[in-house]
Amino acid sequence: MLTVGRRASSYQAARMSWLRRASVQRGTSLVIAYLILAAGIILILIPLLWMISTSLKDIGSVFLFPPQIIPDPALWKNYADGWNAQPFGLFLRNTLVITFSSMVGQTFSCALVAFGFARLRGTGSNVLFMLLLSTIMLPIYVTLIPTFILYKYLGWLDTFLPLIVPSFFGGGPFFIFLMRQFFMTIPLELDDAARVDGATTFDIFLKICLPLAAPALAAVAIFAFLGSWNDFLQPLIYLQRTDHFTLAIGLNLFRAESTAVTPWNQLMAVSLLVMIPPLLVFFFAQRYFIQGIVISGIKG
Amino acid sequence: MIGQRALRVGVQPRTTRQRENLEFYLFISPWLIGFLLFVAGPMLATLALSFSSWDLLTPPKFVGLQNFVHLLSGDPLFWQALKVSTLYSGIGIPLHIALAFCIALLLNQKLKAVAVIRTLYYMPSVISGVAVAVLWLWIFNPDFGPINLALRLVHVQGPLWLASEFWALPALIIVSLWGVGSAMIIFLAGLQGIPTTLYEAAAIDGAGAWQRFWSVTVPMISPVLFFNLVLGVINSFQAFTNAYVMTSGGPNDATLMYVLYLYQNAFQFFKMGYASALAWVLLLIILLLTVLIFKSSPMWVYYEGELRGRR
Repeated sequence: MLTVGRRASSYQAARMSWLRRASVQRGTSLVIAYLILAAGIILILIPLLWMISTSLKDIGSVFLFPPQIIPDPALWKNYADGWNAQPFGLFLRNTLVITFSSMVGQTFSCALVAFGFARLRGTGSNVLFMLLLSTIMLPIYVTLIPTFILYKYLGWLDTFLPLIVPSFFGGGPFFIFLMRQFFMTIPLELDDAARVDGATTFDIFLKICLPLAAPALAAVAIFAFLGSWNDFLQPLIYLQRTDHFTLAIGLNLFRAESTAVTPWNQLMAVSLLVMIPPLLVFFFAQRYFIQGIVISGIKG
Repeated sequence: MIGQRALRVGVQPRTTRQRENLEFYLFISPWLIGFLLFVAGPMLATLALSFSSWDLLTPPKFVGLQNFVHLLSGDPLFWQALKVSTLYSGIGIPLHIALAFCIALLLNQKLKAVAVIRTLYYMPSVISGVAVAVLWLWIFNPDFGPINLALRLVHVQGPLWLASEFWALPALIIVSLWGVGSAMIIFLAGLQGIPTTLYEAAAIDGAGAWQRFWSVTVPMISPVLFFNLVLGVINSFQAFTNAYVMTSGGPNDATLMYVLYLYQNAFQFFKMGYASALAWVLLLIILLLTVLIFKSSPMWVYYEGELRGRR
């Protein structure tokens, strides 16, 4: 009894002395950490700051040496001019239609499927789930050509349908996985209790699990928004007429069609405008990003 | 008889078990239909097309293994594309992971303003796409981009970057490193999940900082490293937008990424059969690399099975 007590107290002493030493060391290492991190942040921000700077210069001062860092005068007109150089208003409308439709489709259909995998038992459910997981790493290029041909025969080329309809069919295996992980954490007793009260499985899904899974739904919706907004390959392949273009391929068109002297100031202005919605979503919904990563079980 | 019975069961399941089975399939049906229609079907169709020659105008023609033979022995561009993607991944992924891990380690100390720093590092990851490619096109401008302007201020002639056969690929790797935040945040979540008691116990056993890092941090973070590595391979072999927008594969095919070459074959040269063969080779490459990583994982990934239960 006594020995155990003494051993415990010597353990305690060793622990305290380690903690004290560690806190002294931490002072200097913290300063170094701050310095390195600050340097990294500067490196990360320089391209963005340079972009803002260029977007406000007149085209003459864009090509100056030594460079003008702070534009004088600041030409806000570049934003309007760039925006009107191509029908970006129309591109924005197209992008919004596609992004929101596919966001709704992905979020709802992936919740439905995830609920099935998390809370219902069916023959072959494990095999099907393994199948689903294995498609996470499937490159899109393996299905791209036949789906293109399928859409061609359906008459869907140059419409928004190829960019919207598939998202209503599960909406991506990774999102299903993420939602399933979240549904697994909701106690099954809730289902049983509701069932006793006469609730159908769909009631349980809609009225019990979905409201509880709001944070995971938000994470999926945000990832879906970003994926759709930033997508380049699929609009590039499926959309042909300029008035069907999204912002992504419209911006590329603006870049490619800039002749002789590239209007870098306008190009930077429009690029910045295209970046703003994802940045806003990110800043306002940041905790859902982190949550999304934590839910999917990627913990040490 | 049997058909009738199956029908009756299908319409009105008699036991709760059958009922649940039916409900399970109803719930997962969007994915199941989508999987058959947009994944499994097209995958097999790609395989079938890879044995054909098809320009979309005339009916596809069966050519046997000709596409694969041409790809392996008669097409220098295939090997060039494979080389470019391998270099891009082989250099990019280790840099990416090392950088992400270092930043995460620094951030994992109890710093003030962790949230703000983390946000700033993660920020570039949310704005991937064409806008980013256009931005970096300007940053790498040999005459008026900030990199070469800075070099010029100290009287150094900067490289031509995207117009240089040597520097174009490193430039694309630098752009990809700008998005290091997503891997960093995954590492950080992993580091924050390591119980502090492990470090304290190691210290009491006399382990120094370096030893604690190698015997606690590294094994505990290895599953996350594994995850980031797999993700890195899958993503980097499919990198398309930056190469398409910034270099179109040039100069002189120095940045002809594998999937860019695939895209060109399919949607610019309309060689659907050949592009399908390229797609299946890509799938096999990614599969092979992933299997290699998985098979090697018992040697370097530590799974804390029983520990997790106790926590």
